[in-house]
Amino acid sequence: MRQLHLLLLVIILCAAGLGLAIYKVTTLGLPLTTSEKAEVWNVEARISFRAKPETSIKVSLPLLFNPSGYTILDEDFVAANYGLAIEQDDNARTALWAKRRAEGKQLLFYRAILYKDTEKTIDSVKAPIYPPIPEYPENFRPIIQGLLDKARQQSADTVSFAQQVIKQLNAASPAPELKLLLEHIHHSRNLAKGINWILAGARIPTRIIQGLRLEDGKLYSELESWTQVYDGKQWRTLNIKNGKEGLPSNFILWQIGDQKTFSVDGGSEVSLQFSVAKTLRELVDIAESRAALKGSHLMEFSLYSLPVQSQNVYKILLMVPLGAFVVVLMRNLIGIKTFGTFMPVLIALALRETELAWGLLLFCLIVGLGLLLRAYVDRLKLLLIPRLASVLTMVVLLMASISVIMHKLGLEMGLSVALFPMVIMTMTIERMSLTWDEAGPAEAFKQGAGSLLVATIGYLVMNIDALQHLLFVFPELLLVVLAAILLFGRYSGYRLTELWRFRALAKR
Amino acid sequence: MFKVLLNLKRAGVVGINRRNADYILRYNERSLYPLVDDKLRTKRLAIAAGIAVPELYGVIEIEHDIGHLPDIVNSHKDFVVKPAHGSGGNGIYVIIGQINNRYQHNNGSLLTEEDLEYHISNILSGMYSLGGQPDHALIEYRVKFDPIFESISYRGVPDIRTVVFRGIPVASMVRLPTRMSDGKANLHQGAVGAGIDLATGLTTHAVWQNQPVEQHPDTGANIGNFKIPHWDKLLALASQCYELVGLGYLGVDVVLDRELGPLVLELNARPGLSIQIANGKGMQKRLRYIDQLAETPASAQERASLAQDLCVRL
Repeated sequence: MRQLHLLLLVIILCAAGLGLAIYKVTTLGLPLTTSEKAEVWNVEARISFRAKPETSIKVSLPLLFNPSGYTILDEDFVAANYGLAIEQDDNARTALWAKRRAEGKQLLFYRAILYKDTEKTIDSVKAPIYPPIPEYPENFRPIIQGLLDKARQQSADTVSFAQQVIKQLNAASPAPELKLLLEHIHHSRNLAKGINWILAGARIPTRIIQGLRLEDGKLYSELESWTQVYDGKQWRTLNIKNGKEGLPSNFILWQIGDQKTFSVDGGSEVSLQFSVAKTLRELVDIAESRAALKGSHLMEFSLYSLPVQSQNVYKILLMVPLGAFVVVLMRNLIGIKTFGTFMPVLIALALRETELAWGLLLFCLIVGLGLLLRAYVDRLKLLLIPRLASVLTMVVLLMASISVIMHKLGLEMGLSVALFPMVIMTMTIERMSLTWDEAGPAEAFKQGAGSLLVATIGYLVMNIDALQHLLFVFPELLLVVLAAILLFGRYSGYRLTELWRFRALAKR
Repeated sequence: MFKVLLNLKRAGVVGINRRNADYILRYNERSLYPLVDDKLRTKRLAIAAGIAVPELYGVIEIEHDIGHLPDIVNSHKDFVVKPAHGSGGNGIYVIIGQINNRYQHNNGSLLTEEDLEYHISNILSGMYSLGGQPDHALIEYRVKFDPIFESISYRGVPDIRTVVFRGIPVASMVRLPTRMSDGKANLHQGAVGAGIDLATGLTTHAVWQNQPVEQHPDTGANIGNFKIPHWDKLLALASQCYELVGLGYLGVDVVLDRELGPLVLELNARPGLSIQIANGKGMQKRLRYIDQLAETPASAQERASLAQDLCVRL
């Protein structure tokens, strides 16, 4: 019955701990390994213009909208004293800045931080309406007709048809009859629009998408345009320069369609510039932002919400149960004798202040000298508490002298001894000397060595960076540690050292 | 190693983890521990129940009372000073006589009044008690061991440790002090442990430092097949201690005085497992059998008989 209860408890603890951790990994994307960093892109749109006097100013800028393959982690708008409104519909988002009066040069910024997401958003495709044939100007009509006819002959479907059109328009030495048309298109400085205008002559539904290629440190004076043609089932993206199909992988879609455009009312010398920069950010930060975007409050209650100083304390504290678990294993499973139950964990914590080898050396040095002094004080026949206090005082003096001597010798490691918790040392000296008196030096050394061994293993375990990271990001894993400790709480089998102790009985 | 494990299992050896989890935690109520941890309370309980214990000459409870020591011991040539909360025989001074105003310690040294007072002061400050809480010093009758043990004991007094489970003795051994153990009767300090057949009261095997031995390391006398005097009485006495304190898993230490017979020296709520090595036999089978008994006999005498019966059967 009790076993069943324990087993259920262990299962519940493991399920809770692991479940929460798995949720955090899969859904929030928290990293399992230490300081994993991921690329994030800072995309910035910079609008500058000179305000016209005595005119109210209105600026509209299409914003990033559901860039497929990317998540917007963070956005901010920088504009001094401008009122900001954001308009949003099914296809687009626009920022509207407004100000009644302004003077001189104005700068407005829109900044977004993007993270490449594995989940692609599939946009629902509504069949577009087939466009009417545009009213081409008299002189262009035969040219366009010829171009379309030629393309029709050399193509099999909508996409290859459009590709043929694009190729003809972009040919290195364009056919002479296209010259006038090309001039017209280049004049409007919008090739994509021109292509769509011509394709409409064949009643092909088209639209323009605009976006940026994410290349580190790049500046763009405008968004790059691509044309999309509807092949009866879906939108196919074509490069307007060479007709190649498909977007490059590092392309972020800024805007679909060109109904919403960048405009500045009440300004002159208008310029819009986009810049892209790549930075590395801790995956943890990214997960935090994404959790906020998904409306999960879990991350708000993570240890990351604490001040950094407390975070550092918890980085150590969360490892202590692991140290305790090491003690459980070493004592209950292996059967190593130590001073006190958790003295080894305390020694291991003390070792963190120094380095392992130095820490052990200093520890042995101070405890050894302390034992000698303690043996001397014993002859004075002091009562217990004054004796402990005097040993403590001597330990502090010893620590101070060791620091000074080592510093003089140029061994800087000697300074870290000052951080060695002296009460731990005092208690160790006292216990060791009591064990010495009661059970003899052999037993005292056995327990001393046992304590140091367990402390060393505890220190090594507590210092595994990966574990430190895991427990800090997923503190719920301590529930699993707890479950393991509980299981060992009912372990009634032999300790490893008992196999040796009872070996005479095993021979019979 | 795996073979050793299987063999130990087959031999029914109880390990520390099993002892703690299956017996001590389940049968020993925490609130009863003070009854055995404080030797003064144990002694008073035993006296009230009519169980023989070494006579108490006096108790020193506070530092100031140390001065009364001469008054307490002036009518006794020999006596024992022990901490009420001591364990494992630590802090026990056995004074075997007084010469020239000095106390003669049984390890051969002579102690001044001041030495003995300092020792008592250490006891009071909790040097020998578990956890270091303040303690009392008991001054009591020094047991004169039955001469039958003369040949197999060095200086100290042999005692007979019996593990009693639910009032039924499970295993027993006699612990013989050696030069190495400094007259103490603790196996880990170097005493020899000799298993006792519960049914007959005859010693069986002996171990010293975890190794089987046949002769006492100091006297060279044979240890095996040695009849413990007053055996049946002793077994009943051990069983009786169960009612005394109510602990299910109990170690009872009894000494045999040459005039007074068996005297209960102290009880232990967490008796060690070396008794199995001394007996060359694990306790698991008997413990499990007793564990499964719905009820145990009401009288100590019957339980002692059941123990002897079990010893033959299991």
